[in-house]
Amino acid sequence: MAETAVKQKPLKEKKPIFGKNERKLITDPINDDNPITVQVLGICSALAVTTLIYPSFVMSIAVVFVCAFANLFTSLLRSYIPKPVRMIVQLVIIAALVTIVELTLKALSFTVYKQLSVFIGLIITNCIVMGRLEAFAMANKPWQSFLDGVGNGLGYGAILLIVALFRELFGKGTLFAGSPFGTLKLIGASPDFLINTTATEGIGTMFAWYQNNNLMVLSSAAMFLIAGIIWLHRAWNTKLVDVS
Amino acid sequence: MEYINIFIKSAFIENLILSYFLGMCSYLAVSKSVKTAFGLGLAVIFVLGFTVPINWLITNYILSPDGLFGTDLTFLRLILFIAVIASMVQLVEMVIEKFSPSLYSSLGIFLPLITVNCAILGGSLFMVTREYNLGESVAFGLGGGFGWFLAIIAIAAIREKMAYSNVPAPMRGLGMAFLLTGLMGMAFLSLLGIDPSAF
Repeated sequence: MAETAVKQKPLKEKKPIFGKNERKLITDPINDDNPITVQVLGICSALAVTTLIYPSFVMSIAVVFVCAFANLFTSLLRSYIPKPVRMIVQLVIIAALVTIVELTLKALSFTVYKQLSVFIGLIITNCIVMGRLEAFAMANKPWQSFLDGVGNGLGYGAILLIVALFRELFGKGTLFAGSPFGTLKLIGASPDFLINTTATEGIGTMFAWYQNNNLMVLSSAAMFLIAGIIWLHRAWNTKLVDVS
Repeated sequence: MEYINIFIKSAFIENLILSYFLGMCSYLAVSKSVKTAFGLGLAVIFVLGFTVPINWLITNYILSPDGLFGTDLTFLRLILFIAVIASMVQLVEMVIEKFSPSLYSSLGIFLPLITVNCAILGGSLFMVTREYNLGESVAFGLGGGFGWFLAIIAIAAIREKMAYSNVPAPMRGLGMAFLLTGLMGMAFLSLLGIDPSAF
């Protein structure tokens, strides 16, 4: 209880700089303006990392960080950047931030760094970052741009985590494999798992038919899952339906 | 022989779009008609074929500890790679404009778009992690570009035909494109059984 009280206090003080418009900047990209399902940005580096939840989580944090600070710095520099070379300036800002992320990750968690391999570097060409710089940060104030970056990073991370949840649970029968808090082994054919499908007694006998779905580990599964997410999202939020 | 091997492997078995999702953004945005998809695909083959070997030279003669400066400069890799890609795209644009104005006008706006196509940077980064030599990286660049070209032509042709189908409203456009890409990825999986060394 004491902790929540401490957390709420600074929020109240900040109210003038964190008003309704600012909140919209964060919540909009999670639903109405989602970078993956609506703006179609940043799919490239997203889907290949979603076989496990933990690497996807790290990837989402990296993208939130890069997106927020790239937006902030571009917005601070926006009146000094000459139009003809703005692409190169933006790319240098993004590349510097991504290098920071890459080296930090290499030092903190080398196994995750290996798992993500080239995809950390590919945040540079992640269209979300470039797209938000062009569409938002070049024309708005630093604080708003920062929030817009955070919001778009979160919207991207939300989709990433949903896809990863399905792929890891149905593909491997585990959750959070490889994370520092330990792996949650849910269902599988060995006594390590919570539901042991080869057991001769207990709950495992009811799941003797269960097998991991190998399709979920393949890249195609991510496409099907995203297609499904888009279907549900648009069926629920009908103003997003593609009329063409 | 091993160059053909790498070409086939990177074009079909480890297709940049269908098994790594690289270059998805322009792939989804520009695949509404076969004609424009063809132009973009050609441009990607050009740029990948040039940037991968150039970035190989940079990695081995400038950034490596026994390179030009004698120190380990690998932390500059991302910035240098993206600079090479941006300038290469500019250069290819100028060369094409000079020697083949008709091709230039058909590629048009797609050339600058390629700078932020993940497939290009991804190709260079894969070249580093897989430790190819110069010849292999040429084969890898061309093969990867060719695979990308094939995939975008295929999806564009399918999407043109989709116009005559009755798709549920929420799935129209983007949703179907994702679903089709997934199915194409599964089709390409059947090529996994090919042993390229048999050629």
